[in-house]
Amino acid sequence: MTPRRRRLMIVLLILLAVGVAAALTLNAFRGNLVFFYGPSQLAGVEKVHERNLRLGGLVEQGSVKREDDGLTVHFNVTDNVTTVPVTYKGILPDLFREGQGVVAQGRLNAGGEFMAEEVLAKHDENYMPPEVAAALKQASEAGGKTPQFTGTLMMQGGSNK
Amino acid sequence: MIPEIGHFALILALGVALVQTILPLVGAARGIPSWMAVARPAARAQCVFLLIAFMALTYAFIANDFSVLYVASNSNSAMPWYYRVTAVWGAHEGSLLLWVLILSAWMVAVTFFSRSLPQDFVARVLGVMGFISIGFLLFMLLTSNPFQRLLPAAAEGRELNPLLQDLGLIIHPPMLYMGYVGLSVAFSFAIAALLGGKLDSAWARWSRPWTTVAWIFLTFGVMLGSWWAYYELGWGGWWFWDPVENASFMPWLVATALIHSLAVTEKRGGFKSWTVLLAIMAFSLSLLGTFLVRSGVLTSVHAFATDPERGLFILIFLVLVVGLSLALYAWRAQRVGLGGDFELVSRESMLLGNNVLLMVAAASVLLGTLYPLIVDALGLGKISVGPPYFNAVFIPLMVPLIFLMGIGPVARWKQASIPDLVTRLRWALLVSVVTALLLPVLLGTWTIMISLGFFMAFWIILSSLKNLWDVAGRNGLSGLAQGLLNIPRGYYGMFFAHLGVALFALGVCISGGYSLEKEQRMEPSESVELAGYEFRFDGVQDVAGPNYQAKEGVVVVSKAGKELLTMRPQKRVYLVQKNPTTEADIDAGLFRHLYVALGEPVGNEAWSLRVYYKPFVQWIWMGPLVMMLGGFIAATDRRYRLATRQVPDQGAAAVARG
Repeated sequence: MTPRRRRLMIVLLILLAVGVAAALTLNAFRGNLVFFYGPSQLAGVEKVHERNLRLGGLVEQGSVKREDDGLTVHFNVTDNVTTVPVTYKGILPDLFREGQGVVAQGRLNAGGEFMAEEVLAKHDENYMPPEVAAALKQASEAGGKTPQFTGTLMMQGGSNK
Repeated sequence: MIPEIGHFALILALGVALVQTILPLVGAARGIPSWMAVARPAARAQCVFLLIAFMALTYAFIANDFSVLYVASNSNSAMPWYYRVTAVWGAHEGSLLLWVLILSAWMVAVTFFSRSLPQDFVARVLGVMGFISIGFLLFMLLTSNPFQRLLPAAAEGRELNPLLQDLGLIIHPPMLYMGYVGLSVAFSFAIAALLGGKLDSAWARWSRPWTTVAWIFLTFGVMLGSWWAYYELGWGGWWFWDPVENASFMPWLVATALIHSLAVTEKRGGFKSWTVLLAIMAFSLSLLGTFLVRSGVLTSVHAFATDPERGLFILIFLVLVVGLSLALYAWRAQRVGLGGDFELVSRESMLLGNNVLLMVAAASVLLGTLYPLIVDALGLGKISVGPPYFNAVFIPLMVPLIFLMGIGPVARWKQASIPDLVTRLRWALLVSVVTALLLPVLLGTWTIMISLGFFMAFWIILSSLKNLWDVAGRNGLSGLAQGLLNIPRGYYGMFFAHLGVALFALGVCISGGYSLEKEQRMEPSESVELAGYEFRFDGVQDVAGPNYQAKEGVVVVSKAGKELLTMRPQKRVYLVQKNPTTEADIDAGLFRHLYVALGEPVGNEAWSLRVYYKPFVQWIWMGPLVMMLGGFIAATDRRYRLATRQVPDQGAAAVARG
């Protein structure tokens, strides 16, 4: 091979490798985006039962109930307009408290109950996850009417950081 | 008074940094030796002023001077003195100060270890580093002054975030910053080469030890962060693909690529402009990482809105550094040249493959980290990217990378032959494939991922050993000892660094595949069995710390009826911030960790508990330690010291030869 053709080959091989990698990346990227919704926004989501999603809002006062196994917990997430019941099995994060902001990741089942696989609460007492704050604000502005679907941003933030 | 001295010292440091940037750079461009000579004393003076500023801030923390806003927000008189000292870098302003201090320490190191480099080159390097320093000092003085007073003074401080009151966090940020900032040396060397228009293998030989040392610190910093997350967050995970972690991982990936590309530049004169580009990117990602983590951009995009000045400054500085260096690169790279030619199958092409894979990996992490931020900032939609994305992308990238890791060191420079490679490595390949397939079956659980992990680990170990034998064992067993002694340190550096990757892979694979866990409600004297260990919960008692109250669980662990140890996981509530934190208790052994964390009280003196059995998890952090050992061995190779001493004599040597 001439040096010129060799160079061309190397460049082509790199392009091929990068192309494959980019395709892989973008595919994984599309498949793993998780959308965030406030309780009032859930109604407007298409195929809501098939999606893995994040639900954020306040833990309703007095709603936390624990089953006898000590691990399964039921609580309500509210934006003061709409309330969604959540079920979670496992140990809750340190900062989980009634009346505080929370983000749960999981699926909505056919009965309208949110089955959480992960519950996140941020490590700061005064901190309200911004997307929860936005969802609350939006719900109150909508004044109880069905709000438009806008899906609010959730920043990925480790399980407990 | 003392905070004012610190503030004043910062301003003086800025003044010196201006001098250190302008005079040497202009002097180097115009060929004025007296201007270039300013670089060294200026760098040292700057370090002295920054040290004064840093000590002033530390004093304010030790003396509980709550009239300083930063101290009042991040400290408390009930905190033990060592946490008060480390609280200096516990938040945005102070960590910036630490960053610049470390930058100036690297500059001083350059002034001492550059005696034999050409004067104009040293002047340019220090000038560029001075420029970076200007950016950070201006940023601190204009938007994030750690010495800002709080009037009237607070009676008591707000306390450091309890999660940060931890021994691991005392050394994690300084180590990480040593790495981040150390890359500024490689960056400045690259810019200096572009400015001077001369880039040869001597340049690569100067850059290599600096880059390697920075990489060692960076490795340590990333490793400590992972270790901290493992024991402090109480979830038993060691990597969360959290943006904060990604911010330190991206520069590491690029720095690793840079180390390999520098090898080609030094040995073969190849990859020249690519190496320069990598040096620029590695440091740019360090800058990005520093800002992402410490400016509050990541926890919330809205931090930009609450302090638009800060966000704007960051953006401008980043664009300035990255933009200027890329523009310079576009303008000058051609002069630097591409470097030597090589065949499709050669060590160069394998190292190129290594670089491409590492860069794609870094790019995919960057995409996953920044995309949600950008999308939100533009108001286009709302998303998050979780660990499944990173895992899906990373594993397919790491497999070919690790495969190359076995072949690359065996392949010849310039042109290697495939049949020869096959002959040399077939046994290593065969044994690692067979072991990888059989071992999981013996261990009781077989999945494709476990086998893949084992294969990668054994492949690295066996191919490295085979290569070592090829290099050292030419004269058979009898000559082996002499052969081993003859091998240069650089080779051993590579050997251990790669071995570290294998240990890490084993740790990830075995702990990932064979860990057991239970989450369970337990009443006092109730037991749970896990992997042959019996964990008996003996209830919870109250324990008081210097600035926290804790519930301490007592868990007695026994195996085959014999009591082994008592574990004491805690749930702490800190007095000021009132945030509860979980302190897991870990019994760390070389081959397994036992990990117990308290969940929450669930009535009737019962608690929910998390119990983990994690085999080989320790190796996840031992691997990087071995990698660092490799880096250390490589950086202390004799030829770097010889090379620097020989440089000025090159002319004389040429004359002697002629």
